Amino acid sequence: MDSLSLVAIVSIASAAVCIAIGSIGPALGEGRALSQALSSIAQQPDETTSITRTLFVGLAMVESTAIYCFVVAMILIFANPFWNFFMTQAGG
Amino acid sequence: MHISPDNLIYWQKGFAVFNATIAFTWIVMGLLTLVSWIITRRLTSDVALARGQNLLESIVLGMVNQIREISRHRPARLLPFLGTLFLFVAASSLLAVIPGFEPPTGSLSTTAAMAICVFVSVPVFGISRTGLKRYLMNYVRPNPLMLPFNVMGEISRTMALAVRLFGNIMSGTMIAAILLSVTPLIFPVVMQLFGLLTGLVQAYIFAVLAAVYISAGMEAQVRRQEDSKKGEPDG
Repeated sequence: MDSLSLVAIVSIASAAVCIAIGSIGPALGEGRALSQALSSIAQQPDETTSITRTLFVGLAMVESTAIYCFVVAMILIFANPFWNFFMTQAGG
Repeated sequence: MHISPDNLIYWQKGFAVFNATIAFTWIVMGLLTLVSWIITRRLTSDVALARGQNLLESIVLGMVNQIREISRHRPARLLPFLGTLFLFVAASSLLAVIPGFEPPTGSLSTTAAMAICVFVSVPVFGISRTGLKRYLMNYVRPNPLMLPFNVMGEISRTMALAVRLFGNIMSGTMIAAILLSVTPLIFPVVMQLFGLLTGLVQAYIFAVLAAVYISAGMEAQVRRQEDSKKGEPDG
């Protein structure tokens, strides 16, 4: 097996693993945050606006870890530097 | 398929590159300026408002109220900067429904530039409010051992700000492109609608986080007196 196909196999597989594992944690965290926010809104409906705003900001922060994984997966698939390196070596 | 509008190059001559990011950034800027100029040319203090003036007034008032609630400072100082960030990100996400429009925030260069603006404006607003010495003292609190962590936190939250916006907008366009090749009939429309929602939420979050960072820098020594009042958001 030459190095080009090895790079392709490893990057596709690791992109899949990256997005699969990386979305588990944020999903659990967002679920917890959302359920807490809903129960606090049910207890104190007057504070809905402030709770919702804080919830949105917090969700965005929790979600950013999943977004990092997504960006890394996209880089591995569409803009892989190692792939380009071996491509030019094979070409030249 | 391209990962960002940076790769869509219209004209190139040596070092100078004119790509889709620059083009659509200028389009959004021109549109915002032009619409605001046309509307604000004839403002009235009448009871009967023009439709455009009503729209602009509600947008600006909403931003002022949000900033006042978040930062508990006079919003007039923060409004121009934060409002510009919010309006630019929101407009470029909303215009994504137009076919052929590539949101300029889907490029890491744009979001990194805006995040660096926030990174620079935190000490600018902080020093202008509390003075240089007091602002710098903020970094060695609780004790000087925390100095590298504070500096690291400042840099990493700037990076997070840039990558979060880029990743969200880029994933929207990417998913639409993938779905278009898999199930081209109805699902791309649904994802476009969802992309509108996430775009607006991300614009809101970007502005809110910038407001939180800036007001945290401005509240440097006020916090010492009312220490246990409220935990500072970080990230």
